[in-house]
Amino acid sequence: MISDAIDNEQVEILLNDVLESHGYDFLEYSHASIKRRIIRLYGLDNFVSFAEFRYTVKTDKQYFKRFLEEITVNVTEMFRDPSFYKSLRNDVLPVLGTYPFIRIWVAGCSTGEEAYSLAIVLKELNLLNKSLIYATDINPSVLDKAKKGMFPLNYLKQYSENYLQSGGLKDFSAYYTANYSLAKFDESLNKKMIFSTHNLVSDHSFNEFQLILCRNVLIYFDKDLQHKVFNLFDSSIEKLGYLALGSKESLEFWPKAKEYKRVKMEKIWRKL
Amino acid sequence: MAETLDSTPCGALIIGGSAGSLDVLLEIFPALRKDIDFPIILVVHRKASNESLLTDLLKSHTILAVGEAEEKEFLSPGKVFIAPADYHMLIEEDQSISLDYSEKVNYSRPSIDVTFQSAAEVFREKLVCILLSGSNADGVEGLKSVNNFGGRVVIQNPNTAIMPYMPQQAVLNVEPHVILDSHDMADYINKLNG
Repeated sequence: MISDAIDNEQVEILLNDVLESHGYDFLEYSHASIKRRIIRLYGLDNFVSFAEFRYTVKTDKQYFKRFLEEITVNVTEMFRDPSFYKSLRNDVLPVLGTYPFIRIWVAGCSTGEEAYSLAIVLKELNLLNKSLIYATDINPSVLDKAKKGMFPLNYLKQYSENYLQSGGLKDFSAYYTANYSLAKFDESLNKKMIFSTHNLVSDHSFNEFQLILCRNVLIYFDKDLQHKVFNLFDSSIEKLGYLALGSKESLEFWPKAKEYKRVKMEKIWRKL
Repeated sequence: MAETLDSTPCGALIIGGSAGSLDVLLEIFPALRKDIDFPIILVVHRKASNESLLTDLLKSHTILAVGEAEEKEFLSPGKVFIAPADYHMLIEEDQSISLDYSEKVNYSRPSIDVTFQSAAEVFREKLVCILLSGSNADGVEGLKSVNNFGGRVVIQNPNTAIMPYMPQQAVLNVEPHVILDSHDMADYINKLNG
């Protein structure tokens, strides 16, 4: 990758075009990361000049779909950070289990691995029937994948190890059927999921939840945008509800952080 | 050329290493002066799970402040920032840290290339990057960027590397400012102080 193929000014021009022509606002994303994604895509698709790249992104609707999918990071895993899922299983979900109905929002769900992991834990706690998982992402094409619940079979060994480490009680393979190179997850899991596009930058709160999971999304936002999104979450979490973040993310510098209490050592906070 | 560069103050030092680099780090860190006046960033390949091991180990081998780099944290002189396991680490224009969980680069996350490349443009001629022992070619593309933006490229002498492949690839593909034996590194770093 030629790291200096596109300079800071050109990144800004491109992101302004994207906002004007397509309505997606990436201007408050962490600059170094988004710049790297842009240069990576420019190289992958063999553009010869910035002008050509800019014109294609601006005018070609089909190409913009690809742009959106490649510029956002969609890398995810099932039961990522097993100790986090252990804490959900032991400390958080049993408390929510005392409610008549559980509403959960997985914000920035990408291809759905976290939503399915969560559904598996809910199922093992006998709570899935009274739960509803809203899984949203900015990017419609990853949601199409998430709905199918099919993940590459070669990752399943790692997922199965994560699952066991997180306190999983069953044989992980009971949850999927292998279909050529894909593992198709049981339909009882995604029956309780609602998939929808939602842009954390520009869209509003759409419901009240007892748990919001948003992991490894905020690391791509600058500080101001992070605080805006925390405000959005705050207006979408019930009193005594929970907010769960990625292993390197924190509420720490957000002005309302003192209205939340950390749950043990994990990146989980409870609204007071 | 070399002399003018040497008189440029160091804005940041980044050390990249993979297999066989730990021994070198444990040789360097106890010998560093306590008044280092630039931030030191470490990007070391390791397993995703043994998260704080490297940080704890280095803490016990230096008087400098050592910590795992935190998202949005600002670089500060005299402190050692370790790229967390399983995240890429990038440097922003305002010298704050961004973490990134995108695809592995050269089968690695953190990738040395990613950090070298993002810092190259921010620090330009004030950047010093050292590439140590390792068995893949991560870091080489990053060193090219460092060169392009006028920073200093330092490569461990492959003959003194436990795994010579990584420094060898660097020597073959990038013009280094200097090639150093592992036991000369601490002295070189101490002299970067302005």
